[in-house]
Formats: sequence, C-alpha cells, structure tokens
Amino acid sequence: MSAPRLRVGRERPAGGFELYSWYFFRISGLLLIFLAITHVVIMHVINTVDEIDWRFVADRWGSPFWRAFDWLMLFLALLHGLNGARLAVDDYVRSRGWRIFAHSILWSAAVIFLIIGSIAVLTFNPDAFQAAATAAGS
Amino acid sequence: MTTGTVPTQERGPVTAGTRGIAAYRGYRPPVGMLSWALHRITGLGVLLFLLLHIVDIFLVGYGPETFNELLFLYRHPVFRIGEIILVAGLYYHAANGVRIILIDFWDKAYQFERQLFYGVIVVFLAGFIPTAFLMIRAMVR
Repeated sequence: MSAPRLRVGRERPAGGFELYSWYFFRISGLLLIFLAITHVVIMHVINTVDEIDWRFVADRWGSPFWRAFDWLMLFLALLHGLNGARLAVDDYVRSRGWRIFAHSILWSAAVIFLIIGSIAVLTFNPDAFQAAATAAGS
Repeated sequence: MTTGTVPTQERGPVTAGTRGIAAYRGYRPPVGMLSWALHRITGLGVLLFLLLHIVDIFLVGYGPETFNELLFLYRHPVFRIGEIILVAGLYYHAANGVRIILIDFWDKAYQFERQLFYGVIVVFLAGFIPTAFLMIRAMVR
C-alpha cells in the first residue's frame, strides 16, 4: 500500500568518481560544520578582526593542535567548495571545450590553493621574524 | 522536484503575454527549489571568500609588517558587513546540508519536505541571530 519512494534531491550516483564525490560532500560537510563553526566563533565572535593580527596568528599557531585543525579545515573546505563549483559548472556549461577549460581552472585552483595554504599553515615560523627583528635592532 | 504536478496556487497567477522577470511576479517557488538555489549561492559565496582567505593567510609567512598592513581591508566597514553576510551564508549552508543528508539517508524524509525546510530556517535563525548580535555589538563598541 505504501507509495513508491519519490525522487527528492540529487540522486545518489551509481558508482565511480561521482559516488566518491557524493560521499565526500556528505562526510566533509559534517566535519566542516564542526570545524568551520568553531572557527567562526573563535575568530569572529570571541575575538574579532580588531584584535586579530600577525601576533595573534603566531601565538595560535604555536600550538600543533590549531595547525592541524586549520590544515584539516583548509583541505576539506577547499575540496568541498571546488567540487561544488564543479557541479555548478556541469549544470551550466554545456559545450565540451568550455567544460574542459572550466574543469582545468578548478583542478588547477585546487592544487595551487592547497599548496599555498599548506605552505602557510605548515611552514610558518614566527621565530625567524623574531630573530630578524632582534638582529636589525642591535 | 517533489510530486510531479505542482498545485496551481504554488504556480502563481497565469502570466501569459508577460515577458522577462515580470513573468515571475507572484510566483512562489517550491521549497526544494528555494533551498537548492540558496545552497548553491551560499556555497559559491563561501568558496569565493575561502580563496581570498587562503591568499591573505599565506602572507603571514612574509612577516608582521606585510600581514598587518593588509588587515586594514578586513577592518573596513564594508568588509565587516560582508563578514556578517559570510556567516549567514555559512550557517544556512551548514543547516541545509544536514537536511540534504537526512533526505539521503532517511527513507521517510520526503514526507516532511516542507517541515524539514522550515526546520532549516529555524536552526539557521537560532544560530545566526545571536552570532550577528555579538558581531554587531563588537563592531559598534
């Protein structure tokens, strides 16, 4: 007697890359709810852009926990966001040439922003500037 | 996207002969369409900010002078308003994302499509109103 299941929302892909992408959206989304909202509360509500400066970031990244937190957020948010942009491209860009072009831009952006973001989070060393400032001052 | 045939009252008045955007006057989009459009717009908006944010945080590695000089941008009133809009977009995207996951993994969710969307609005407002209040208070102080 029960009515057949109605199609609501985006259909789950049958397999391959699109299925991984489908799962990635949902898993990264759930993690990002926790990561990004914690980030917003700490950086925009408890502290504001009036207090945050280079010193603030240096102190915060003195802790490996916050570096790991920020790097995980960078990785998940960037791939979640660019993968979403990829779906938007697939919806609106019909011609094969433009689609290849748009996908190339998105994948390049993923690689470039992941690299510069990782350099920022992982290689930042505040002591180098401390040493330089002391050397210049003396 | 819901039941195949859309009830007449949801389609709005017949607009034969009207062209362009005016044809949509009085049109009440079904909740699935509205939530989808908002999800995409907020998602792309947050992505745009994320890309900018990665570039600015990259400059931390160039030392205090470079980074602090850039911060005038984020302290500008226009950006402070943008910051609140960003939080609104992020909160909506998060709340609606949970609704999408519920629809995907809970067989009966489609029966409560409208209620789920109203739930998203309630969760969004419950998060956004206190956050916006605190941000605006910090701004004007």
